[in-house]
Amino acid sequence: MSATGGNGPTTTSTPTVTYREAVREAIREALTRDERVFLMGEDVGRYGGCYAVSKGLLDEFGEARIRDTPLSESTFVGAGIGAAMGGMRPIVEIMTVNFSLLALDQILNTAATFLHMSGGQFNVPVVIRMATGGGRQLAAQHSHSLEGWYAHIPGIKVVTPATIRDARGMLWTALEDPDPVLIFENALLYDTEGPLPQDAGPVPLEGAEVMRPGDNLTLLAYGGGLRKALEAATLLEGEGVDAEVIDLRCLRPLDDDTILKSVGRTRRAVIVDDGWRSGSISAEIAARIGEQAFWEMDAPVERVCGAEVPMPYAGHLEQAALPSPTEILEAALRTLARPGR
Amino acid sequence: MLLIRRFEEKSAELYQEEKIRGFLHLYIGQEAVAVGTLDVLEPDDAVVATYREHGHALARGIGAGPIMAEMFGKVEGTSRGRGGSMHIFDAATRFYGGNAIVGGGLPLAVGLALADHLRGLQRVTVCFFGEGAVAEGEFHESLNLASLWKLPVLFCCENNLYAMGTALERSESELDVAVKAASYEMPAWPVDGMDVLAVRDAARRAVDAVRGGGGPYLLELRTYRFRAHSMFDPELYRPKEEVEAWKKQDPIDGFVGKLQEADLLSDDELEALKADAEADVDEAVAFAEAGTLEPVSDLTRFVYSEDPAEEGS
Repeated sequence: MSATGGNGPTTTSTPTVTYREAVREAIREALTRDERVFLMGEDVGRYGGCYAVSKGLLDEFGEARIRDTPLSESTFVGAGIGAAMGGMRPIVEIMTVNFSLLALDQILNTAATFLHMSGGQFNVPVVIRMATGGGRQLAAQHSHSLEGWYAHIPGIKVVTPATIRDARGMLWTALEDPDPVLIFENALLYDTEGPLPQDAGPVPLEGAEVMRPGDNLTLLAYGGGLRKALEAATLLEGEGVDAEVIDLRCLRPLDDDTILKSVGRTRRAVIVDDGWRSGSISAEIAARIGEQAFWEMDAPVERVCGAEVPMPYAGHLEQAALPSPTEILEAALRTLARPGR
Repeated sequence: MLLIRRFEEKSAELYQEEKIRGFLHLYIGQEAVAVGTLDVLEPDDAVVATYREHGHALARGIGAGPIMAEMFGKVEGTSRGRGGSMHIFDAATRFYGGNAIVGGGLPLAVGLALADHLRGLQRVTVCFFGEGAVAEGEFHESLNLASLWKLPVLFCCENNLYAMGTALERSESELDVAVKAASYEMPAWPVDGMDVLAVRDAARRAVDAVRGGGGPYLLELRTYRFRAHSMFDPELYRPKEEVEAWKKQDPIDGFVGKLQEADLLSDDELEALKADAEADVDEAVAFAEAGTLEPVSDLTRFVYSEDPAEEGS
């Protein structure tokens, strides 16, 4: 049965939108649905957002709800945390993940800690969004992927919308969550396009999703890495290899069940991670596979990670520092004990 | 003030007996600040305090028993034994810690005030911090943002002259905290923090102005901690004569003296008040002793909310 029940003409259409538009629509919906919601961050108002995500929202919702902040990451993130505890539902935008380090004290020592430290008295329903990832020649202070690093912190949830649907649907669910949610938007995705039904709505934050079923091996990816994994799967198809691709979607909590179910069947896994290899989320996933599916595996887990360098500016060096579909293909072939190209 | 004094003296004893562990920062000498300030608050105002917060918690009306039980690590404590001395919390009185990152409470206070501002509530958030916090970026960021957005925060800088062992003049180029605040267009003035009536008078005026929509205010409460920074502090950084000189300005003795000069307090009444404080503290210790330990099976509770419908306060 179709979603519309098959009765008469469908009333919904499926326009093509950009990831940026999907995020903007999610913010607009949240502001419309709940008067406690407001957006706060650097240049979200008059400038329209560093990545133009919030363009037009100031005119539509006014200065009280679209709040430009000074360049005081620690304090506007902390103020978002306080406002959340004070009964509001703030969306705090940090321009880029590297800047979030100036607010790390508030994220870790306050947002992630208060519920436990207060014996369950004070939950922190704050949502913090930020751009992440490299690939735009912005060099070593604007290009890193630290979402896996944030996933180390108990008390917060870390989500990485990789699809138009998740860009549209995760925000509302995050705002309804009683605890802090960090949303990492890979900046290369903002211009990507895809179909989005007009009635698209909230989606769960947690739970990995099989994006492409396959039998021979499992490619695990998140955020900006998902497209590369899907591209690699197409390349593998040309090699006669049927790869399953999983979008992790949420890095904390990780969906062990979906990961283990897939690798338990395919018996091979390649993890794609834009972050640095040492101590990365891919290391955590590989460890969990080792702990829980060791006897199911036919090959060592492979990882395709960001090179362990501060991100270089020059385009060819930056590309060399980031995972590529070709590297994923080669790693996949290694798990199959087949020579690379 | 008598209750806080006795509570803190007893806490020091219990620390020696190893009933209380971890860090213990005593408030002795600074009682007039918390008592004078919090006396003028309404029940639904908010308080953000530091790791030296037993006095603030008691002055806010949180029971001595649950505070002591918290320091004993008991489940009957204010934070179920998960916070300890530095992290007293109480939702009922809107007491938001117990924050042990110096300066970290200021952005939080700004946010609580922002929520009230956006909700149109006439509530005030009082934020306590030491003079050591003025070296933190969050002090400057928070004063700026609160002033820029005209938020209802009363910043209370408790200047006890030493950030642990570092004297103000060894860490600051500008020693006058009120001058710093003035650069953020914020009314600010110094107050004799050893005089509970002066503190209350200043707090009354500041809280009324803040509640009336005048934006944030800052009070620099000049005070002195009679005891060491924590129980591990040999006090090498300040001369004994200085400590003794400040003890002559004991806030309790000073207030008692004024009351007696005005014939408002007899010796018998004073002794009765002291006995009451003693009895309250004894009762608190008994409550803490009788408390229970949370089962280890509950270790990972409260990392995430247990009821998805749970709302922020």
